Amino acid sequence: MPTHTFKLNGKQISVEAEDSVRLLWVLRDLLGVTGPKYGCALEVCKSCTSHINGKAFNPCSVQVKDIEPADEVTTIEGLPATVGKDLHPMQEAWLKYDVAQCGYCQPGQIMAAVAKVKQARAEGRDITDADLDELRNICRCGTYTRIREAVKAGAEDMGA
Amino acid sequence: MAEHRRSLDRPSDQPADRRGLLGRRKVLGYLIAAPTLAVGVSWLTNESDPRAADAAVPSLPQPSDIFDLGDLQNLAAAPTSGLITVQLKSDGTAYFAVPRAEVGQGITTAFAMMVAEELDLPMDKVEIALADARPELLMNQLTGGSNSMRSMYLPVRTAAAIARQRLVETAATHWGVEVGKVTTRKGVLSGPSGRTATYGSLAKLAATAKTITVSAGLKSPSEFSVLGKPRNRVDAHDIVTGRKQFAMDLNVPGAKPTMVARPPTINGTLRSINNLAALRALPGITDVVGITHGVAIRGETFGQCIDAIQKVDATWGPGTVDGESDATVLAKLRAAQLPMAVPTVPLLTKTIDAEFVFAFASNSPLEPDCAIADVGPDSAEIWSCLKVPIVAQEDIAKQLGLPIDAVKVHVIQGGGSFGRHLFHDVAAEAAEISQKMGKPVKLSWSRTDNFRQGRTHPMSTSRVRVNYLAGNVLTYEQRHTSVETDFGHGLGEMITAFAADLPVAGNLSFAETIFALTQSSPYNFGVTTQLLNEIPLKFNTGSMRNIYSPNVVCAEELMVDQLAAKMGQDPVKFRRNFLKDQRLLAVLNKAAEVGNWGKAMPKGTAQGVGVHSEYRAAVATLVEIDCRPETVNRPVEGEGVTGPRVTKAVIVVDPGFCINPRGLEAQMFGGLQDAIALALTSSLHIKNGIPLEGSWDNYFYTREWNSPLDVEVVIMPNTSDSPSGAGELSVAPAFAAVACAYARATGTLPTYFPINHGKLSFEPLPLQPSTPQSPTDGLDHTF
Repeated sequence: MPTHTFKLNGKQISVEAEDSVRLLWVLRDLLGVTGPKYGCALEVCKSCTSHINGKAFNPCSVQVKDIEPADEVTTIEGLPATVGKDLHPMQEAWLKYDVAQCGYCQPGQIMAAVAKVKQARAEGRDITDADLDELRNICRCGTYTRIREAVKAGAEDMGA
Repeated sequence: MAEHRRSLDRPSDQPADRRGLLGRRKVLGYLIAAPTLAVGVSWLTNESDPRAADAAVPSLPQPSDIFDLGDLQNLAAAPTSGLITVQLKSDGTAYFAVPRAEVGQGITTAFAMMVAEELDLPMDKVEIALADARPELLMNQLTGGSNSMRSMYLPVRTAAAIARQRLVETAATHWGVEVGKVTTRKGVLSGPSGRTATYGSLAKLAATAKTITVSAGLKSPSEFSVLGKPRNRVDAHDIVTGRKQFAMDLNVPGAKPTMVARPPTINGTLRSINNLAALRALPGITDVVGITHGVAIRGETFGQCIDAIQKVDATWGPGTVDGESDATVLAKLRAAQLPMAVPTVPLLTKTIDAEFVFAFASNSPLEPDCAIADVGPDSAEIWSCLKVPIVAQEDIAKQLGLPIDAVKVHVIQGGGSFGRHLFHDVAAEAAEISQKMGKPVKLSWSRTDNFRQGRTHPMSTSRVRVNYLAGNVLTYEQRHTSVETDFGHGLGEMITAFAADLPVAGNLSFAETIFALTQSSPYNFGVTTQLLNEIPLKFNTGSMRNIYSPNVVCAEELMVDQLAAKMGQDPVKFRRNFLKDQRLLAVLNKAAEVGNWGKAMPKGTAQGVGVHSEYRAAVATLVEIDCRPETVNRPVEGEGVTGPRVTKAVIVVDPGFCINPRGLEAQMFGGLQDAIALALTSSLHIKNGIPLEGSWDNYFYTREWNSPLDVEVVIMPNTSDSPSGAGELSVAPAFAAVACAYARATGTLPTYFPINHGKLSFEPLPLQPSTPQSPTDGLDHTF
């Protein structure tokens, strides 16, 4: 079985898996990293949203063979370390606004929110409601109102 | 599931104001023989909140006015609630295993607040777990009907209060001082001369060798420092760090990923697997077996199970509704509508008659149904999110041919429920597979399985006829007709057990009993009848958040707006004139004030209002909707629908006693988003025996781009000492408000919900293979 290596939450790791296995299952079933959730494996619900090289992506729809050794994959578990704190400002905002209900979508929501804010910043502007309208992450509990509040607050605390 | 609507007016000879009645009431419980302090409680009361009716043309009380489903559940819970225990560990932590399921509704936080309040303990010293299936609890282990707070508020507080009192008595004896000289604060006992002791240090000393009866006083609401104050979820930190564990996240040794290839119609059966050897030889696959409704595949990863599903060559038997589509079901419903009862009306009386159709809807949460099963020759162990674990345990034991006590059932927190976890379909299937493979399995249904084979809220019609004359409504008749809603999860058993005590006349079916206990018109509309008929089509159905109420109330409130228009009255003013209940009137007035009812709005936009009482609570929702073409036709990237947008919502709730304003607000938000979906976008299209929907880009639950930017929840001052139910409370009035706003903005009367159901807005996924292959282009869509 092929061996794949990439950087996961700050550590270079190796894992044996068939080439075509989607990264979500490599993370969850083989490496025991369960923060990214399975909601559809169709790149639709976005509950597995994580980062690759700092950008949001859905590991349910990427074959492990397409991850390069130098690629940095960050899941919710590794998000705080990207800012060198116990919690990322977006996670703090999630706590402050008590966003979660069941919590199943929230790791993905937080990872998507961080990327969305960075995307706006890269364009030299603050995040807007129009940006937030583009987030496709499903929250079946319907916490969208608090998600919006928290993303805006988290964005402020993320700094420039 | 859901409970129940009822009018708040309860004809009663009790005084209207019972506030404070429960303050410092002596309540009974038991000190249970255990190594450390343990308290059990056997005390339960039915809260009541009688209100004087204020009638124009009075309507006789309907059954749910007198006795609603929550009352029934309380009654059923009473004999067994004594087995609810709070234990104090020697580290000073209070431990309470809740005989309920946490699925996002926030009960673990609320129970922690109750224990912290009465025990004078910091919140972080309270540990709340979910109890395994406990057959001895009989039916007091059902999470549904928005009943957890109503049925458990007093027993849990009582147990904590007794524990606190026992600690005080123990400290007093230990120190040789009077009980009255010992105080408690934040988990520490204090006595004269500066003596202190932590709860933990006295946990063993306070234990009893023999179970004895004791009593203690509860705090009065004026003494509360935790209850009634906003609290964040106790599991929030675990959630935002990805540590909260759901069934699929559990590491049970040997329980490898398992999925099922399924037939192309609902409840189809497996006749044969035609390539079993080839499937077993696929990479990463460990086991393949045929089961009742499919081909079960176990492997090293879920991804490889999905791969194998693509290769399954099986012969399928028919399902249970193969010939049915939306149109055939609707024709059957129409044929089954019960007749109106009012034969003749006075001269000059005018009539409005309308029929509303509500499409099938999915109660699937975001977390796909998942269960771990480890079945051996003599015993079995199950892990899953189960709202009725006792029934699951009984059924699975029977299915496996094992005694009930050989089947251990663990209740795991759920990633949502909305009614789905009242049934244990996935746990039963996991047990079947584990038994056949002789190995532990971690079974997950696929997303497509969840929509196509999972439970649904069935299609229904609501026909309404009103007769009105000279400013009065003389009759209101509503005939609700639905595909059979499955209540086979055990509520039926509860009703059977207590049927003799029910003030419901006649030999009603379970569904009719639920309907009667939950539905009642809040208006003085003269002779009022609301009746249910159901047709026995064998779809997979079940309760969905708020059961019948969203559809029934939507139809009623649309008719109320029609009546108001015919009488030349403003919708809010009309409701003020005809509402029977003061609490509903109060929330309506508040919503109209906060939402600035009647303000000038551009053409194509409008306000709408809906009111509803249920679970001993009252809610009014006011929304603004934008139906202008530039909004309706706004683009969205990728697959998805836009359409009219609710731009603003004000939800005013009178919850009786509000336990946790933050949690209550969260439930109001969630109900609103459900309502927007039900009114505008989300439904299942049935075609030839199966729903066409297979993903969240087909089943259009509300997404960010369809959610309002401006949502305000107003919680009214407490009107009672008792909490109402909240989990399902806001769906119905918000659904009605959105529908009414849409009608006013467009100048039409919508009669088919959701309003976009007539146009299929997606390309259906193939029916076979039953679970589609995952994409591989994820790296092309990064942002």
